[in-house]
Amino acid sequence: MSGLVTPELLAHVGRKSEPRRELVTRRDIRRYAIATGNRERKYLDGEIAPPMFYLALFWPVAEREELLPDGVARDPLLPEFPLKKAMAGGLAIEYFKPIRPGDWLTATRELTAIYEKKGSSGPLIFYEVEMTVVDDAGELVVREKTTRILR
Amino acid sequence: MNQTPSSRPSAAAFPARVEERLPEREYRPDEVQLFLYNAVLFNAHRIHFDHPYATLVEEYPGLVVPGPLMGDWLHQCVEEWLGARGRLVAIEYSNRKAAYVGERLTTGGRVIGVDAARRTAEVEVYVRNEVGEVIVPGKARVEFFR
Repeated sequence: MSGLVTPELLAHVGRKSEPRRELVTRRDIRRYAIATGNRERKYLDGEIAPPMFYLALFWPVAEREELLPDGVARDPLLPEFPLKKAMAGGLAIEYFKPIRPGDWLTATRELTAIYEKKGSSGPLIFYEVEMTVVDDAGELVVREKTTRILR
Repeated sequence: MNQTPSSRPSAAAFPARVEERLPEREYRPDEVQLFLYNAVLFNAHRIHFDHPYATLVEEYPGLVVPGPLMGDWLHQCVEEWLGARGRLVAIEYSNRKAAYVGERLTTGGRVIGVDAARRTAEVEVYVRNEVGEVIVPGKARVEFFR
């Protein structure tokens, strides 16, 4: 290990975002279904949301000055990493309850892990972010774990 | 757990078989599809819509197909096969290699395990590019309704 993951970096693990509460609308579901090439009528009509609709609902709404020149907003949950180049990422998603128009959903994100591995062309930093989506009754709707690799 | 009497051959009646193939589907993402997807996410990342930026600054061969869009296609592959027989419980996938506007991409999968007692099946899914590389491998778990 080349010691890239310092105690200062690890101190960010466990950091949580402010909860975000959003309203699900039929229009947004229809737009999502069309934009992803979905062919199922119940989704195209917006009666119920395709599983991955939660991702669009909780994509950050960044104000103009928060966007970097490449069009990406910096993620306030993440520390400054010593490696910058983002490589492939992975997603693990569990679905507990369907999403319908009129639902108010709340998402909370947490930085759950930072670790280092030796890659074939140098060290790699991995980090994991867990997002939990609940409804107004407090019931779990979706849980998503993102793993990203930096080199 | 398993509600069926043990004398009944529940495994034979189970609606999915190991090695069963999920129907393949071809996608040809174009600029309009990427526009719609980025609009829905409110994603301003230039690599998905600014061709000079994507090719000259980031040196990609073209506009990059968003990773989670291909992740959604894996969901569609599982759900179209499953229909009203059950629901998608969990999925995991990784974006191993990028894809670009103009490419012909294919989704598909196969059943790799069934648990008749729990009424679940494990399914391996993929997005494959036109040279035959699996660029988004994944695995899903489905639950069949009783």
